[in-house]
Amino acid sequence: MIEVDKLTKHYGPVTAIRDVSFTVAPGEIVGFLGPNGAGKSTTMRVLACFMPASDGSARVAGFDVFRESMEVRRRIGYMPENVPLYNDMRVAPYLDFVAEAKGVPRSARKRRVAEVMDRCLIADVQNRLIRHLSKGYRQRVGLAQALVSDPAVLVLDEPTIGLDPTQIKEIRALIKSLGGEHTVILSTHILPEVAMVCSGVVIINRGSIVAQGPIDRLVEQFFPTARVEVEIAGPRAAVREGMRSIPGVVRVEESGDGSNGGGRFVVESARGRDVRGEIFQLAAQQKWNLLELRQVGMTLEEVFIRVVAGEEREGATPAGTDPAVATEVATR
Amino acid sequence: MRIWPIYKKELRLYFTTPLAWAILFVFMLVMGFFFNLYFNFFARLSMQSAMNPGMGRDLTVTEYVMRPLFSGFLSVILFLSLTPAITMRLIAEERRNGTLELLMTYPVSDGAIVLGKFLGALSLYAVMLAATLVYPAMIWYFTPLEWGALATLYLGLFVLGAAFMAVGLFVSSVTENQIIAALGTFMLLLILWAIGWGAENAGGAVGDILRDLSVSEHLDNFMKGVIESRDVVYFVLLSAVFLLLSLLSLQSRRWKG
Repeated sequence: MIEVDKLTKHYGPVTAIRDVSFTVAPGEIVGFLGPNGAGKSTTMRVLACFMPASDGSARVAGFDVFRESMEVRRRIGYMPENVPLYNDMRVAPYLDFVAEAKGVPRSARKRRVAEVMDRCLIADVQNRLIRHLSKGYRQRVGLAQALVSDPAVLVLDEPTIGLDPTQIKEIRALIKSLGGEHTVILSTHILPEVAMVCSGVVIINRGSIVAQGPIDRLVEQFFPTARVEVEIAGPRAAVREGMRSIPGVVRVEESGDGSNGGGRFVVESARGRDVRGEIFQLAAQQKWNLLELRQVGMTLEEVFIRVVAGEEREGATPAGTDPAVATEVATR
Repeated sequence: MRIWPIYKKELRLYFTTPLAWAILFVFMLVMGFFFNLYFNFFARLSMQSAMNPGMGRDLTVTEYVMRPLFSGFLSVILFLSLTPAITMRLIAEERRNGTLELLMTYPVSDGAIVLGKFLGALSLYAVMLAATLVYPAMIWYFTPLEWGALATLYLGLFVLGAAFMAVGLFVSSVTENQIIAALGTFMLLLILWAIGWGAENAGGAVGDILRDLSVSEHLDNFMKGVIESRDVVYFVLLSAVFLLLSLLSLQSRRWKG
């Protein structure tokens, strides 16, 4: 549905994005992740046909965003960062204007506006001046204007920024419900949000894509091992050796001092292999006190930190080749 | 071209905010004062001419009240200063607020945006002109009017307004600061108005060109009740040029770079 190919954009001497390529399948919700200034908004502005790229191409629903911009604009709903709205208009007339500008036929307009207000939970403020709305409501009005023409593709730049926890939950549920019938690409700073809402992720850093794919596959790719955190009060060297000899364990690392003269360890094993039982057995056999035993889930957050921070350390070399970097960063 | 939604939105914004009402209020207040001035003057002249016959032969309301009401020095200042008030927000405000970014991603062509905004501003101006029809209506109550001359006068004012709104729209499209847009519009209009004044001194071909470029020269004929095609063409062309410039200024966003 969205095909981005070697997109490059310069602002004068500054290169905002360089050779960005990714695709989004129909009905998919993809999270666009990156630190501030990574080029997320630039990419989205190009996709929304606000400005052309300097080089490369992007296609939305089969149409080129530069040459067939009108066709793309008919099929896209865009919500820019900070949600610019007409402060002097009231919510319902504003949405009616947007629907009309987007070519929703007169007969369907009233119904569409009412539907979208219901869906975005703003029906109760429909007669209020946009100027007087709280940040959360503005955000939802922004989402409503993107949705009002029922577009095939939605481009949402930071849709949950500045919302309170309840509103975030509501908006996330709303976005999640859009998957399937709409193709959604959303940018965010909040990593758990991507895990909750999106099926795929594209991570961008300093203008280039550093990782992309379905979330679980990315996690697997960057963290091929399962991890268990253990605290055992016992002779450290013996404990380490004992755990190392458990079948399936790839690596045991001491991560610090425990209480009662014991140590803390991180035990890595092959993915899918749960060694917690064996560790317990071992401790019981040796009469060591097992003080803590915890499985550590490798999350998207760690992937993100690893690719973004890892890149910063290694400069231009592809991220994720040296696992030591990630552990170091993660424990920082 | 989807001009209609943009046009409707602009009109809605003018009339649901105090802006249009404030402009109308100031305009009618000042015009009312001028009308009072000129009409009293006319009444006095009529009285005098009634006493010595022969003097009142050339005395007409169109010439002594309506024409100075619209093309007198004070009225010119009023038009020059109210135009920026109408046009300064048109694009500058949207640029500043970021709504332009959103608007330009809607399936509406840049031309439709320019024309919708232009027509919105021109409509407000037309409402202002229409409101001044109370003055001829009042005169008509007392004395017969020359309808032809009056219609020509209003036609002149309308095409003048179209050109002024186009100039204002263009200046508003090159900045995101409304104050700068207002000042720039005022300066540009002032130059267009006064450029012919140097014609006498320049003389020759240069003088002719300066005179031809001047807004005031072309408005003069309309005020005298004469419709000349070159004057109409001048105002239409002036509007078209500045609308085109506005379009280019808006489209520069879309140039590859």
